[in-house]
Amino acid sequence: MNSPQTAAFVSGYEVRAKSGANGEFGGELLEIAMGPHHPSTHGVFRMDVVLDGERVVKLKPVFGYLHRNHEKIAEDATYLASIPYTDRLDYFCSLTNNWAYCLAVEKLAGLQVPERAEYIRVITAELTRLQNHACLGGFLLQDMGASGTPLMYAFREREKILDLFESLTGARMMCNYMRFGGCRCDLPDGWLEQTRQVLAGFPRFLDEFERLLNENEILMSRTQGVGVLSSDLAVNAGVTGPMLRASGVNYDLRKVDKYGIYDRFSFRIPLGDHGDVYDRYMMRILEMRESFNILSQALRDIPEGPIVDPKAKIRGFRPKAGEAYGRIEAPKGELGFYLISDGSPNPYRYRVRAPSFINLTILEDMCLGHHVADVVIILGSFDIVLGEVDR
Amino acid sequence: METLEQIRDRLAAAFPQARLEIVPNGSPAAQDSLWMDSAQALAIARWLRDDPALRFDYASNVTGVDWLDTTVKESTKSVQVIDGVERLIEKKTERLIPGFLEVVYHLYSMELKHGPLILRMRTGNRSGEVSVPSLTPVWRSAEFQEREVFDLFGIVFEGHPDLRRILMWDGFEDFPMRRDYVEPDDYEFEPTPHDEVLEKAQRHHPEVSS
Amino acid sequence: MLGKGIIQGMVETARNFAGSYVSGDRLVTVQYPEERLAQIEAARNFPFLVYDGEDWQQGLRCVACQICEKECPPKCIYIIKDVTKKPDHTGKLQFQPKVFDIDISVCMSCQICVEVCPFDAIKMDVEYELSTADRFGQLLLRKSDLARPNAYYHRIHPTEATAVDAHLATERAKAAAKSKPDSKPAA
Ligand code: SF4
Ligand code: SF4
Repeated sequence: MNSPQTAAFVSGYEVRAKSGANGEFGGELLEIAMGPHHPSTHGVFRMDVVLDGERVVKLKPVFGYLHRNHEKIAEDATYLASIPYTDRLDYFCSLTNNWAYCLAVEKLAGLQVPERAEYIRVITAELTRLQNHACLGGFLLQDMGASGTPLMYAFREREKILDLFESLTGARMMCNYMRFGGCRCDLPDGWLEQTRQVLAGFPRFLDEFERLLNENEILMSRTQGVGVLSSDLAVNAGVTGPMLRASGVNYDLRKVDKYGIYDRFSFRIPLGDHGDVYDRYMMRILEMRESFNILSQALRDIPEGPIVDPKAKIRGFRPKAGEAYGRIEAPKGELGFYLISDGSPNPYRYRVRAPSFINLTILEDMCLGHHVADVVIILGSFDIVLGEVDR
Repeated sequence: METLEQIRDRLAAAFPQARLEIVPNGSPAAQDSLWMDSAQALAIARWLRDDPALRFDYASNVTGVDWLDTTVKESTKSVQVIDGVERLIEKKTERLIPGFLEVVYHLYSMELKHGPLILRMRTGNRSGEVSVPSLTPVWRSAEFQEREVFDLFGIVFEGHPDLRRILMWDGFEDFPMRRDYVEPDDYEFEPTPHDEVLEKAQRHHPEVSS
Repeated sequence: MLGKGIIQGMVETARNFAGSYVSGDRLVTVQYPEERLAQIEAARNFPFLVYDGEDWQQGLRCVACQICEKECPPKCIYIIKDVTKKPDHTGKLQFQPKVFDIDISVCMSCQICVEVCPFDAIKMDVEYELSTADRFGQLLLRKSDLARPNAYYHRIHPTEATAVDAHLATERAKAAAKSKPDSKPAA
C-alpha cells in the first residue's frame, strides 16, 4: 500500500503531496485516468492525472491506441500508394495532408507544379482550414458544456464544404486528391461557381457563430486566463499553428516559407496576446476570416491550364537517392514529411512530423495547478486528432 | 542564413575537439546536413540555439533512421613482379560497413525565420552502443519525438527526463521501425484472398478458413 | 451588462430554430432512407470491372496485367492470370483473369487501382448500401460480382465514361493504323 502522503504514478513517478501548502487541500493524492473513451478526450486518448483535491499536480498524456505504424507501412509501399494513407493521419484535413506529402516528394524529385494546380491546392487547403477550424470551435464549446448547438451549426457548414470535396475528389473525407507535380483531376464543370456560392454564405455563418458565444460570460470566465502558454515556452516546445500564434509568436509557414503560391495573396496573420484558451479559440475564428480572404482572391485569379507536371509519372516513380523535408501550414500546425530515397520505388525512410503529436508535449505544463475540469478545455483548445498523434 | 560551410567552420572554431562533417544530399532539394559526434552534441546544440546570428530556437522534426550493415565489394588492381614477369594482380575484398542508427534534427529559427539546419548524430552500432545524448534540455520539442525514436528504433537518449515507450505499450520488446524488424506471427484471420495471408490464416485458424 | 452575451446567444439560437422552418439552407437534414441526396457524379466507393459487348466473361477489358494488384495500398486485390489467351468481344486474343477478387472489407476506396490501370478496365462504383450480416463471405467480391457493363459505367459516371470511350477509340485506331503497314507486305 502507498503511504497516505504519496501516490505511485502509473508511469513510475512518485508525487508527494504538498501538505496544505498555499492553503491547498492537503490530503491524499488521487490518481485518476481520464479517458480513453470519455467523449471529451477526442478519440482514444488518456491522461494519467494526479490530483491534489481538485488541482492537477501531475499529468501524463498516454496514447498510442491508434498506432498502426503508418511510417513502416509507407516504407513498404510505393510513393504513390502512400497518398491514400496520408488521408488517414488527420482525417479532418486530408487535403492538407496530401499537400504536405506531395510537397516533400516534389522537393525530393524536383517536380514543378503548374499554375492551375497550385491554385486548386490553395483553394482546397483553405476550404479544409475553414471546416477544420469551424468544427474545432464546435468541439471546444461542446467540451465546455455547450452541448450540441454550436457543434451542429459548425457541422452544417462543414457539410457544404464536404459536398464540394465530394464533387471534386469523389470522397468527402478521404480525398486522396493531390499527386506529385499537381492534382489528380481537373475541376468539374461548375465547381468554381458552386464554391463561390458556398463561400458567399460563409461570413453569415461566422457572424452568427461569433454572436452565439463570443461574448458569452460563462465562456469567458471559463477560458480567459486558463491554460496560459508563454511565447518562449511555446517556441522551445515546438508548438505550431494557431496555438503558437495565440501566444503571440508570428510564425505562419504560409508567410515564412511561401510554399506554393501563398506569396500572391494578401492576408494577415492574427496573433493573440494572452496565450490562454480564449485566445486559441479566437485565433481559429480570425483565421477563418483570413482564409475566406485568401479563397476569394484565389477563386478570382485561378487560370486555365494543365493540372499536372508532365514529368511526373504515376507508374514506376523512382526518385533519385537523396532526402528532403517538406512542410506546410496545416490547420493544426506545421505538418512536415521527411523522406529519404535510395532510388527504389519505395521510400527508404518516411517520417511524418505531426503537429498535434508535438503540440501535446506541452500539455502537462499548461494544466498544472488548474482544476480538473479545466484540463478538458485546455485539451480541447489543442485541436488534436488521434489519427495523427498515433500514426 | 549562413551557408552550412560557414556554420561548420564557426562551430569548429568554437569546439576544436568536436568532429563535424557535412553530409551531402543528392536530391534536388539540396538540403545538406551536418553530422556531429555525440561527445559535445549538447554544447553544440546550445550554441546553435543561442548564437545571435543563427538562433535556431525551434527543433521542428526529430527522427531516427536505421542503416543496416552493408558489404561493399572492392577490387584493387596492382602490378607485381612475380618471377621476373610483371603481372596484373586483382585482389577482391569484401568490406563490411557496420550499420548504425542515426538521429536527425531539423532546426529552424522562429526569431530570424530561416532554416533548416539538419543535424545528424550516429550511434556506434545497431546493437550494443545505441546511445546518443538527448537534446531535450535544449529543445523541449524533442521530448516526445525522442521518446518516439527510442520506442520505434531503440536509440537510447542519455539525459532524457522521461524515456519510456510512447506509442507501443510498455511491455513491448522489439523496435518496429528498424529495417530488420519481423512482424510477430500472431495473425488475425482476415479473408483477404492473398496467398501469403491466406496461408497464415489457414495455419492459425484451420477450422474457419478451409 | 452581465448576461448580455448569453441573451445574444439565445437570440441567435432562436433565430436559427425559427429560420429552419422557412429557409432551405438552414434545414439541411435529409431523411434517409426515405429521401436521398442526388448522386454526385465523381463519387466513389468500391471498384468494379467494366466489360464491353454482351457476354461478361468474354467482354472484360481486364487483361490480368496485375498492375493494380501490385499498386493497391492495402493489397486487397487478388488475381490469377489465365494460362491461355481467349478471344475478347472483338475477337482479338487476350489474356484474361481466371480469378479476380476484391476484398471490400479491406478496400479503402482510394481509386489507386483505377488510376494505374492502363486498360481502363477497373472503375469505381457508387453503390453504398452494401452492408451484410456475413462479413467473411459477402464482402469478398468475385469476378462475377464485379463485372458490370459499360452502359452501367455510362449511367453512373457519364462524363468520365464518355472520355474513356473516346480515349479507347483513338487507341484502337492508332493500333489499327500501326498494324496495317505491317500486314501489307505480308499480304
Ligand atoms: S484491372 Fe487493369 S491493372 Fe488490374 S489487372 Fe486488369 S488490366 Fe491490369
Ligand atoms: S480502391 Fe484502392 S484499396 Fe480498393 S481495390 Fe482499388 S487500389 Fe485497392
